[in-house]
Amino acid sequence: MSINSKAAPVVFNNVTKVYGKDVVAVDNINLKIEAGKLVTLLGPSGCGKTTTLRMIAGLEMATKGSIFIGDSDVTLLPATDRDVSMVFQSYALFPHMSVMENVAYGLGFSGFDKSETKDRAVQGLDLVGLKGYGDRLPSELSGGQQQRVAVARALVLEPQVLLFDEPLSNLDAKLRRQVREEIREIQQNLGLTVVYVTHDQEEALAVSDEIVVMYNAGIAQIGSPRDLYDAPADRFVADFIGEANIISCEIIAVSGDTATINIAGFIHILPSHGLSVGPAQLAVRPTRLIMNAPSGITVTVQKATYVGSRMEYTLKAEFGTLFSVSENVDEPLKVGQSIVVGLDKIGPVLLPKI
Amino acid sequence: MKPLASLKQPANPVLIFWIAIGLVGFFAVPWYGVEDFFKFEWLIDGYPFDADYAPAAFLLGQAEKLWLAPLILPLLAPFAVLRKRKSDPLYARVLIVAGAIGLGWIILQGFSIGIRGWNFGWLQVFFGDLNDRQYGMGYGGMLVAVAFLFLFTQGIAARGAINGDVFVVSSISGIVVIVTIFVFFPIAKMLTAAFITDGGGYSLSVFASKFFDDRLWGLGCLSGGRCGVAWNSLFLAVLVGLITTTLGLIFALVVTRSGFRYKRALRALTVLPIITPPFVIGLALILLFGLSGAVTTFFSDAFGIQPTRWLYGLPGVLIAQILAFTPIAFLVLIGVVEGVSPSMEEAAQTLRASKWQVFKTVSLPLMRPGLANAFLLGFIESMADFGNPLVLGGNFDVLSTEIFFAIVGAQYDQGKAAVLAMVLLCFTLGAFYAQRFWLGKKSYTTVSGKGDSGMHPHMPRALSIPVLALAMIWAAFTMVVYAMIFYGSVVELWGVNNSLTFKHYITAFSFRFEDSGIRWSGAAWDSFWTTLKIAGIAAPLTAIVGLITAYLLTRQTFAGKNAFEFGTMLSFAIPGTVIGVSYILAFNVPPIEITGTGIILVVSFIFRNMPVGVRAGIASMSQLDKSLDESSLTLGANSWQTFRRIILPLLRPAILAALVYSFVRAMTAISAVIFLVSAEYDMATSYIIGRVENNDYGLAIAYSTTLIFVMLAVVGAMQLVVGKTEIGRRMSQSRTNV
Repeated sequence: MSINSKAAPVVFNNVTKVYGKDVVAVDNINLKIEAGKLVTLLGPSGCGKTTTLRMIAGLEMATKGSIFIGDSDVTLLPATDRDVSMVFQSYALFPHMSVMENVAYGLGFSGFDKSETKDRAVQGLDLVGLKGYGDRLPSELSGGQQQRVAVARALVLEPQVLLFDEPLSNLDAKLRRQVREEIREIQQNLGLTVVYVTHDQEEALAVSDEIVVMYNAGIAQIGSPRDLYDAPADRFVADFIGEANIISCEIIAVSGDTATINIAGFIHILPSHGLSVGPAQLAVRPTRLIMNAPSGITVTVQKATYVGSRMEYTLKAEFGTLFSVSENVDEPLKVGQSIVVGLDKIGPVLLPKI
Repeated sequence: MKPLASLKQPANPVLIFWIAIGLVGFFAVPWYGVEDFFKFEWLIDGYPFDADYAPAAFLLGQAEKLWLAPLILPLLAPFAVLRKRKSDPLYARVLIVAGAIGLGWIILQGFSIGIRGWNFGWLQVFFGDLNDRQYGMGYGGMLVAVAFLFLFTQGIAARGAINGDVFVVSSISGIVVIVTIFVFFPIAKMLTAAFITDGGGYSLSVFASKFFDDRLWGLGCLSGGRCGVAWNSLFLAVLVGLITTTLGLIFALVVTRSGFRYKRALRALTVLPIITPPFVIGLALILLFGLSGAVTTFFSDAFGIQPTRWLYGLPGVLIAQILAFTPIAFLVLIGVVEGVSPSMEEAAQTLRASKWQVFKTVSLPLMRPGLANAFLLGFIESMADFGNPLVLGGNFDVLSTEIFFAIVGAQYDQGKAAVLAMVLLCFTLGAFYAQRFWLGKKSYTTVSGKGDSGMHPHMPRALSIPVLALAMIWAAFTMVVYAMIFYGSVVELWGVNNSLTFKHYITAFSFRFEDSGIRWSGAAWDSFWTTLKIAGIAAPLTAIVGLITAYLLTRQTFAGKNAFEFGTMLSFAIPGTVIGVSYILAFNVPPIEITGTGIILVVSFIFRNMPVGVRAGIASMSQLDKSLDESSLTLGANSWQTFRRIILPLLRPAILAALVYSFVRAMTAISAVIFLVSAEYDMATSYIIGRVENNDYGLAIAYSTTLIFVMLAVVGAMQLVVGKTEIGRRMSQSRTNV
């Protein structure tokens, strides 16, 4: 016997959640999470991501719309009756029970007999590398170990969907990287459907198959990490995922899929993203600006900061300031120097003018 | 495995259980009330055919009480849906209809048919003479009513109310029903009693003549005469509220913010009056300052000062109530004073405020809710206090004693008692509202959940010296009072014959060993055992009702939650005297006929002390991270399992505190009890008051002293147990998000 997965997809159809009379936490979202994928809900605080997660768990009930897990409609089913388990931000380990009792807690309600419950709990602890810790109290474990107990407790139920609510926020920076890799590894090995909430974009990029960026109770964009980073759909996503310079520009011609743009006299050609002639905005990652390019925008260096692995520059252009990063730390630019900055072939993305 | 298991189950065990309870109530146990709820003599006394003890089914079989027959149908109806799924609309509809009809019919027949046949003239006109009667309902009626109620709640839960959670729906309905029966119904009954004329009709002028009586509202004292009892009560209560709040604050400050060394002793001293029946302090004051009191005699011997009766009246009652109620204010304020986050005060200090300025601008304003609460408690306790005004009042009449004499005295005027009780209720509810209004909607929560390692700064010197001095004087006075109580219990006859003797203890608590076992021959044993029994039954019930209410208020959201909270807290603002009067008026006649029994005492204690259980439960439950219950729910436990396996174990200290508190309160209470005791169920406190009225001070004081020691033992035992459980309760979950 081993811990398996019964991974199932999750579907939201026009789901709205209203708190009280008029506080709209989630506004008419549609979402399909495929079985066996790790999907991250990412967004600033108050964007509705945690509410969305809690609606999957059944801890909040949708005001409108319907929610499916696997083939069944769970919209009206309370948490107790859903085949979903959740790892809480605070871990929520029961302080009056030992680690083993914590992990076995849910199994007791699932119709397993005593010996099977014990076997499964032992196996769950084994899976997260806590063999032999069963008799301790949660308070006798470190933060990282408590986190693993919480994961084991959720895993042993073999849920159709496993939920994580900001699971790394109580860990220190080094441990975060390690734990998130472990979570990803377990998810991939067992083929679990995982929904993961975070406000840390780097964490989201690192662990996800797919990222759902939420903003103002709605979905701003859904895509793979690379899609979101290289082709943000709007200014909010561009700004929220990584850093981006947002530059006003003018589309002067469109032919097929490519557009010709004018940035303060510099002419550049790039994919049009369906935009037509007229004012627009260009999002450029700091790493996608080429220093000392043959053609581009003329700027003066305003600030130069050495951060060890790279140089960070603030550049003053005619239309505002740009932020750029350069790997060349041995021959840094000097403050006040005037240079020409070009745009990389891939990376810069046209966005509609707001 | 887990999913859908609850939908495929063939028959729901909870449903079977309630159907069975209903059937037992109808077919197996006596329908009407038996003489004594806790005795089972009826089993061998003609049951099941004797009409007094027969179950409803046997009554119908003998063609009696035919109006009970319609109950059979809704009792059997749920069998039709036993094997239906919960999600089937028929399941919900049948249960709701059966429950509502059954419960409705029980209420309807209960109020329509009383001991004189039809209760209302128009029923007689309509249906003709009944030629039959019925008394209050007993086991059977209770079980069947409960079964109908919970069948009904299963129905509405199955329709999806509160996520279809049967436990939560049932708890809410259960508490709403019992609060309605035992708080709102008696109060309403009392209000109507105020309008009843001697002839049995209703009249506004009867109410008006009683309400505007000069004895109630007269202002004669302004011109040298006597004032109305309402003014007396109000004036006394405001004074007591103000002074106890001030003294309580002083004590709290000494304990938390001074370098005073004997804080523990001081703390113990302030707990003493809580376990003391309130009027005992009055007795001790008589021993000190009465006509033949120790201090009075000393002054008249030493300085030739003529002994006077100054103690009997406002001064005596005031001093006694201050002594008795300051500890309550202290217990409220110590929590608030400790709860003010030290980092707030430290922040103010780093912003260049002096110690005095910190206290004035930060600490004191943050204590505002506590001060308001302490005042309200002092005010209500003073309004409701019955023992001290009775012992020390003299010519200074207050509402609570006036109500008592209206009911038990020669005048026997229920209408007058009701009017007086209404005035009393208006005062306390007014204070309750004024307090809410004054606090407004500001949040004063200072506990952030983040580690707060700071220390409370000491009081500024200019404040600490007078505060310490006052605390010392008060402490010394309290010790003298308690010494007097103990000394008074071993003196032959106070002021006349001061030789030491144990005779009072022997009179009260003697026992003999005989062949048949121990024979409790002392005069006090009967009431002592009754008190222990009633308090022992009431305490766990109070704790259960209080904690479930607290759980609903902190952990569940449902429509009408605010009204629910208000309803459950209302009995807190109702003085015991009012409860006593309203219970007599409401439960002396069918359908619920429990005056003179032990049940009415138990019930009155539950609803008198429930708000404290609720508050204690809310306070400790809001310290438990909500994610603990949520994770239990996502792990497949239902809300009842979560309550039992996660919340209850973590609340053990709060449960014990609620248990002991309600036990102690039940043993020391007098204001409601004095109306509800009977020859068979006499409580310790009312027995003692009776002794005092006969001027038998020695026995009264000896009995009181014994009670104090018994309760000390109980509180001590509790503290041992709670101290142990707290060690295993380190919370590792309290870390908060960065």
